[in-house]
Amino acid sequence: MEQIKQQVRAYILDNFIVVGASSEFQDSDSFIEHHICDSTGFLELIGFLEEKYGIKVEDEEMVPANLDSLNGIAAYIVTKRPH
Amino acid sequence: MNRTPSLRRQDRSALTPEVLRLDCKVEVERIAAGMVRIVGEQFRRRGALVAMSGGVDSSVCAALAAHAFGPKKVFGLLLPERESSASSTTRARQVAEQLGIRWQTEDITGTLEAIGCYRQRDEAIRRVFPEYDGSWRSKIAIAGGTEGRINFFNLVVESPDGQIKMSRLPLREYLQIVAATSYKQRIRKTIEYFHADRLHYAVLGTPNRLEYDQGFFVKNGDGAADFKPIAHLYKSQVYALARHFGLAEEICDAAPATDVYTMPQSQDEFYFALPYDKMDMALWAHDHAVPAHELAAWLGTDEKHARFIYRDIENKRATTRYLHARAAVIDPLPEIDD
Repeated sequence: MEQIKQQVRAYILDNFIVVGASSEFQDSDSFIEHHICDSTGFLELIGFLEEKYGIKVEDEEMVPANLDSLNGIAAYIVTKRPH
Repeated sequence: MNRTPSLRRQDRSALTPEVLRLDCKVEVERIAAGMVRIVGEQFRRRGALVAMSGGVDSSVCAALAAHAFGPKKVFGLLLPERESSASSTTRARQVAEQLGIRWQTEDITGTLEAIGCYRQRDEAIRRVFPEYDGSWRSKIAIAGGTEGRINFFNLVVESPDGQIKMSRLPLREYLQIVAATSYKQRIRKTIEYFHADRLHYAVLGTPNRLEYDQGFFVKNGDGAADFKPIAHLYKSQVYALARHFGLAEEICDAAPATDVYTMPQSQDEFYFALPYDKMDMALWAHDHAVPAHELAAWLGTDEKHARFIYRDIENKRATTRYLHARAAVIDPLPEIDD
């Protein structure tokens, strides 16, 4: 879980322009509320998750609970990834 | 006691289409006065140029301009391309003739071909559907937001024998398809400004309130204009004005369509996710703090869905704020901007 959060955080900081207080976002912080991601940003993030973790994000799984925070993403990836 | 009843309370108890009812005669005069003030006094232009698609928004705008300035001071431009509907062009011509304004047709197909509009779009589509070629038709459709999910776009293609395929668009392909398709609106705007400059006219932009508020326009494309006289009107109010002006039934009854992609595509399918009359009410209700359960009752849906609709309105507003923004500068220049 921690490794996934670190990897996703690194991807966000490398690829999005995140400045000021937003760059210090916590694992539980909402990307939307902290202006880190809009809908286009989520599409980019989904592309990264699919490629990095070998998963397919289904349409019905594109909900904020799965994608709108590092905690949400890590929990989601763990459930999706082949064991 | 100098206290008026709460507007919100009044509005809440009145969630019916009546809240959008217009006194068309009064509204036409109010808009016309504003147009004359803006174009004549503020911009010092001699008239208005309006691109006419044959849809209700541009037809009503042309009628308002003819009413405000007189038909002699309005120029209509019809800008079809090989993928736009021929019947739309016919309707636009009929409106121009009905209003007695000057008009001209310029087919932009050659320009779009030369600049790579169709090629760049088709190349992106083929990365998703390799079998797609020039004989297929395509469109993109929004999904997710009003179901509480993150908005995304599906690409839909149709083979010549009617086989339909659909796939969620990856970001890179989505952006390229939209960027290529936006050439249509941007080339049109370039031509509009040529004619506006040669006539010393102002360019009229035709967005209604739904489009303006929710960012349904191309920046520096149909979003570019000198004035936007119906940006405050809900779509159903624009239809009311169309009937007030006595425009043709096909215009007053036509469902809003994008006329940008090769497959038939309604505006709600492409962007709004609700038919215009419901979207009008949802936007009005959102802006007047009507509780989600009241909107739900009016829409015939559940409260959760209504909350998703409210959130989708806010998301689209936030996501498209950039489209409205002027070019930003590092230091303010009050000598110019004030």
